Amino acid sequence: MLLVLEQTLNGIQFGVTLFLMAAGLTLVFGIMNLVNLAHGSLYMLGAYLATTFFQRTGSFLAAVALALAATLVIGIVVELIALQTLYERDHLDQVLATFGLILFFNELVAIVWGRAAIYTKLPPWLSGHIELLPGVRYPLYRALVILVGLAVAALLWLLVSRTRLGMLIRAGASNRTMVSALGVNIRLLYTLVFGLGAALAGLAGLMAGPIYAVQIGMGEEILIQVFVVIVIGGIGSIRGALVGALVVGMVDTLGRAFLRPLLATVLSPSAADSAGPALASMLIYILMAAVLFFRPQGLFPASAR
Amino acid sequence: MTRRTVFLASGLVLLALVPPIAAALGQPFYVDVFRRIMIFAIAAVSLDLILGYGGMVSFGHAAYLGIGAYAVGIPAYYGLHNGYVQWTIAVLASAAIALVIGAISLRTSGVYFIMITLAFTQMLYYLGVSVEEYGGDDGMRLAARSTFAGLVDLRGGTTFYYVVLVLLVLSLGVGHRLINSRFGMVIRGGRSNEARMRAIGFATFRYKLVAFMIAGAMCGLAGALLVNHTEYVTPEFMHWTRSGDIMFMVILGGMGTLGGPVLGAVVLRLLEDLLLPSWTEHWQAILGPFLVLVVLFAKRGLVGLLPERRDG
Repeated sequence: MLLVLEQTLNGIQFGVTLFLMAAGLTLVFGIMNLVNLAHGSLYMLGAYLATTFFQRTGSFLAAVALALAATLVIGIVVELIALQTLYERDHLDQVLATFGLILFFNELVAIVWGRAAIYTKLPPWLSGHIELLPGVRYPLYRALVILVGLAVAALLWLLVSRTRLGMLIRAGASNRTMVSALGVNIRLLYTLVFGLGAALAGLAGLMAGPIYAVQIGMGEEILIQVFVVIVIGGIGSIRGALVGALVVGMVDTLGRAFLRPLLATVLSPSAADSAGPALASMLIYILMAAVLFFRPQGLFPASAR
Repeated sequence: MTRRTVFLASGLVLLALVPPIAAALGQPFYVDVFRRIMIFAIAAVSLDLILGYGGMVSFGHAAYLGIGAYAVGIPAYYGLHNGYVQWTIAVLASAAIALVIGAISLRTSGVYFIMITLAFTQMLYYLGVSVEEYGGDDGMRLAARSTFAGLVDLRGGTTFYYVVLVLLVLSLGVGHRLINSRFGMVIRGGRSNEARMRAIGFATFRYKLVAFMIAGAMCGLAGALLVNHTEYVTPEFMHWTRSGDIMFMVILGGMGTLGGPVLGAVVLRLLEDLLLPSWTEHWQAILGPFLVLVVLFAKRGLVGLLPERRDG
């Protein structure tokens, strides 16, 4: 029972990480109609930069702030240099060009940090456990990740639905020509939104750093899972991204933890040993196929398109 | 004949001359290099059928490369080396999986289609990684190349080379017949304007699905060739970067043409396998921006540089 609780929390923690990625990706797609494969690269850069800043400054909070600022700036620079010309192009061009960016960023990281995975140590004040119930302990850091993720989700909701910037974002998503005709600098808005998405990806990456290994390719692995989230949730919808992310995070984590023992109650142990991990790794994709079968536009299709 | 057909034909003749030239130069290594290139050319041609002609942006074409490879590798693991059986399984299994993936992903379009094909390929990749029996992450060695009793012996490097060349020519021939048939017209019409095709009474979904299956089957054959070439199969065959690679070949050469993917495969493989690595270890830092530039400024690909007009 305790294990179930712990794994559920792990699932939520993975889910909020997915959400931070999915939110940026879906915003960028929703308002600029851009498929950005290089979103995973920003996640990776966030993790690497935070690790390095932490080693240099010795302060975890300073490292977080610096890495966030750096991914924001990198995102804006990438948008200005490479992506602006892609908005008018078709999806195939966008996919290929951002695939090219991934190759570039992966190699850049290999040049700067080398190809071996690096591991981040948490500062002492974050490496303890908290007691959820009497006798139930959960790592403090993971709990913090959940809280930060949920707080960011709430802030994003406030930003999109309650501020002027959010109003422009929603307006830009439904009719960009009209918005620019009304005198809004849509180029600047695009750059800002892209920077925001980049910073969210950086945040996801820097928080994931101490939990998983920081290595080349970490961005693409999560990116494809984020695609599953977006397909399930419905593209362009923040709410869909949140629900999809939590569902995928839970299904993946619980599947990996419990599918093998569950199968062992039905199948022979050796069959369960081989089928369990295989099935667990396929679970979120099967879920995606099932959702698509019944709701081809995802669970929360954005009404604008 | 158009100039492009002449270029394609002379290119194929040049490919046929590679083994004697390599032998004359004492560099048998190039037979291997170009055999690999032609295998990827088959995969790229198959992708171009749905991508260039059908407008279906499948970002998961490497899946069939992997299925074809495992369809040879798994029977060989159990001691079955008969190539007729293995290659038939490769083609049928790829077609069957393409049918399933296509049936789900073709219900959507645009960016969804890209993400879903990518996601399903990743699923197959993880499946390959997690099945320990067939080597899991590390993959497995192919004990022996496929045997074709009484027909050819693939153990000979040059013989195998010409088998691949013949299959490449056959693929181009099949592709040519296909795109110029009524079926191909429907596929191409669906790319230009699917709503109109439906309005004049074509069930475009079925046509697209069949095209998706044919492309998958053809790429499965390329996978069967690839595992015989490397004598090794790993989940890496299905890695998503491989899908991107094949797509890059199509775009670089020129999509919506038959010669384009072949040319793209030759140029990209030579760049990736020979030229760039010999220059710097960090060649991907050059290849990435190169890809961006190709997409931004040379959308019609290398074939687009050739004059199109008919002569004579």
